[in-house]
Formats: sequence, structure tokens, C-alpha cells
Amino acid sequence: MNLHINNISHSYSNVNVLENINLEINQHQIVCLVGPSGCGKSTLLRLIGGLEKPSSGQVTQIGSPPENSINPLTYIFQDFALLPWRNVYDNISLVLEDHGIGKKEIKNIVDDVLTRTKLSEFANAMPKQLSGGMKQRVAIARALSVRPAVLLMDEPLSALDSQTSELLMDDLVSLWDREKFTACYVTHNLSEAVRLGHKIVVLSRRPGTISEVVTIDIPLNERKNHTDELDKKQKYLWNLMREEALLADKELINAD
Amino acid sequence: MPTNKHQVNKEVPFRGGGFTHKPLLFVGPLVFVFIIALLEWGTSTGWISDLTLPRPSGVAQTLVDLYHSGLLFKHLLPSLTRLLMGSLMGITAGIAVGLLIGLFNLVRAGALPVVAALFPVPKIALLPLFVIWFGIDEGSKYALIALGSFTPTVVATYAAIDNVDRGYIRMGQSFGLSWVSIVRKIVLPGALPGILSGLRISLAISIILLVAAEMLGATYGIGAYVLEAGSLYDLERLFAGVFILSVLGVIINWFVGVLERRLLSWRT
Repeated sequence: MNLHINNISHSYSNVNVLENINLEINQHQIVCLVGPSGCGKSTLLRLIGGLEKPSSGQVTQIGSPPENSINPLTYIFQDFALLPWRNVYDNISLVLEDHGIGKKEIKNIVDDVLTRTKLSEFANAMPKQLSGGMKQRVAIARALSVRPAVLLMDEPLSALDSQTSELLMDDLVSLWDREKFTACYVTHNLSEAVRLGHKIVVLSRRPGTISEVVTIDIPLNERKNHTDELDKKQKYLWNLMREEALLADKELINAD
Repeated sequence: MPTNKHQVNKEVPFRGGGFTHKPLLFVGPLVFVFIIALLEWGTSTGWISDLTLPRPSGVAQTLVDLYHSGLLFKHLLPSLTRLLMGSLMGITAGIAVGLLIGLFNLVRAGALPVVAALFPVPKIALLPLFVIWFGIDEGSKYALIALGSFTPTVVATYAAIDNVDRGYIRMGQSFGLSWVSIVRKIVLPGALPGILSGLRISLAISIILLVAAEMLGATYGIGAYVLEAGSLYDLERLFAGVFILSVLGVIINWFVGVLERRLLSWRT
């Protein structure tokens, strides 16, 4: 299943947040959205997954999601959004309970996803016992349990320290190698974008428009051996964004 | 580092510390013991006159007599029943209305002004009215306690719901959970800490109103006992009653604490 974003514009009470966004998210690809703070990249992600309605334009699913997909468009949040009163197992089973799946089947799915993400021994841990990195791993396991067609990731590594986020980035690369998941990945971190993105979409400052789309053809698992090339791409992206970021930084916040 | 005659070497002075809480378990009981000992000494030497304060040992003797005569339970039982029935009604209704206000905009718009108008009304002033409405027996007493515990419960409940992290709710929506599931599995457990701390306030108000409720048409009850002692200026019985009410408050507070530890074990 592919996603088409057709001419989306969005505004909150007179402030234009996004303008004329056209974008394709194709199967087995990770599309990274980068841009200066407040450019509406997180808003765009919420629009893509149907958590918010765009003022104009629409998001279309091209083709139908796989038969066994329980929740085709699935988010991974920056703050993990794990319920503190449920343990790891119950946090994952929570998202399966409302889809007419039997108890036994739920147990199979959760056990399977915990094994795949190497979290089985943490099944009974409470979220507050886990480090930030482990919390996000649980959130990723939860997202995988509903067999998503497209993962919508909202700065999933931003709340983690740099060593942990480095480890998780490796996890994501090997996960993509195994499962070839489709994702839209919002980040403000350009090194994450060049490590994980097949396509990097650069948004301009508010009102957000697409200023450039950069593609990187190096396979994800080989990128660690092409640091020079990635550095070049990252510098190129930074030059695109530098002026905008500077201006965005000085802007007064009056949107919310 | 080379040292010369003009150089003074001294340790950096410690400037941190303080402004933290340390549990000092023995201080609380010690304060009580000190106050009671002071009163005992003051009343027995005549430094404090009999009209100002009763002698603590006299109050204790009154409590013992009350127990031996069987009157203690004759007073305690109706009071506990009133407290239980009244606050049960008030708190149940309060949580229900608070939930509705927290979840539905229409109810919020309609009920919030009513609750705001009801909250500052001294419920005691309505007792004569309740006697007409619900009778001079138990009905009016239940109603007074119920209304008194209702308003703070409503406010605590809807505020607790407002404070549930919207991120959890958005998460639930993004995984396609039904509305009922989101309320039952995310909103309610998330609001529980706030509802329980509201319970402490509501129950304390219930005890206060218990005494007021027993002003009219009650022969037995801790409130009636205290009020009678007050009008006869029998300080020892007055303080014995006050002591019982105070113990009641401590027990209820302890009970809510147990409830919190049970239901909110995920917090610690």
C-alpha cells in the first residue's frame, strides 16, 4: 500500500501551517520529513494518519493494506505513550483488545512480537522501571504487533540521549532489513535522516512547503561504510535549511 | 601548583544542603505528649482554670466511662451509619457527575455553572429545608452529608479527567481503540489518583457535616453528644467527643491511604 498526499494545506485559526504539500510514500521505503522547528512536520504526520483533518486536500491510500493488518496506519510517538499503570505485556495487548481478536491469539501475537524485538524477559516490567531506550523499543514492539502497513514515526529518538538513539537507529536499520517496513519518519536530526531515509523531504519554515526532496540510493545496511557520502548529503541538507532555521528561530510563537 | 607566601589555600565552603524533607517519625507523637502533659500540669496546678480547658485525665476518664456504660457505641453506630450512607451517596453521585462533565462538552457547559453555584453554599444552612424535604429522621442527615461530599468530589473528578495526558488518549485513538475502551482503559485509570485525593477532602467535609446534621432531631450520635455537651458547657464530654471525631478523621485518612497503595501501586 502506498500513500498519496494530495495538495494538502492546513491552518489553525488564520495561521497557515502547511501549504500545497504533495508527497508519495511508497511501499518498503522510509520517507524522512525534516525542517526547522515549527514548520509543521509533526502536524503533517498527524494529518497523514488521520488524527487531524486537513483544511484542504486529502491523503489517499493507493491499494489496500495487507489482509492481516490490524491497524494499517500506526504511530510511534516521541514520548513513547506507554500507559504507566500497565506492564509491558499489557501495554501491547491493549492495542489488540479492540479488534475482535481472541485472547489466545492476542497472547500469540504479543509473545511473537516480544521475541522478535528481544523484549521477552521484560514482559512483566512496568514502564517506569525501563530506560528511555527500552521504553521506545516497547513502543516499537507495540506498533509492530498490529502489523502496520505504514509506520508514522514522530521524532522517535528525540527524547533519548545520543548513545541510546545511536543503538536504536541500528535496531531500526536491521528491522528494516528484515521486514522492509514502510515509514514516514519525522525528525529534526539530519544525521538520523541520512542514515534512515530513502527519501528526505525538506520542509520550509511556516507556512510549510516542500522545498526539496533528496533521495539516497545507498542501501540502509551499507550506509555505515559510506560515511563520506552521507556527510556530504547531510551538509547539503543543512545548507538548504540553515537560513530558514535561523529565521524560524527568531520567529515569535503565536500559533498555539 | 607552587605555593608562595601570599597565597592562601582554603577549602571551598559548603553552601548546599537544606530545603529537603526528612521524615522524623518521633517528633509528631512527642508534640502531642508535650501538649497534653502541659495541659495536665496547667489544669492540676490551677494555672489554667477549669473554665478554659478540661483536664486531659478527666477527658480520658470520660471516654472510659463512655465505653463502660455502652453509650459509646450507642453514639458511634448511628453516626458511622450516617457518615457511611451520606458520603457513599454523595461520592458515588459526585464521581458520576464529574465523569460526565469531564467527558461531554454539553454536560460540562450545563452542569459546571450549577456546581460552581452549589459549591460555596454553606450546606448547614440548608438543613431546615432538608428536614422538610426528607423528614427529620435519617433522610435529612443523609442528604446533608451527601450534598456536602458531592460538590468537592465532582470538582476533583472532572479536574482529574482534564489532567489525563492527552498523549495517551491520542495513542489510543491512533491504534483504533473504541471510545468506551479509551474511557475505561486510559481515562479512568489516569484520573484515579486525582479522584482519590479528592476523596480525602470529601470525607473530611462529611465528618464536619455529620456534626451539623445531628443538630436537629438526633438523640444519639457523636455530633449530638458534642452539641449537647457544648450547650451544657461540659468541657470534658465536649473534648471527649472532639477526640472521637478526630480519631475518626485519622482512620478515614488511613483508609484512603490503603486504597491509594492498593489501586495506585504502579506509581511507586
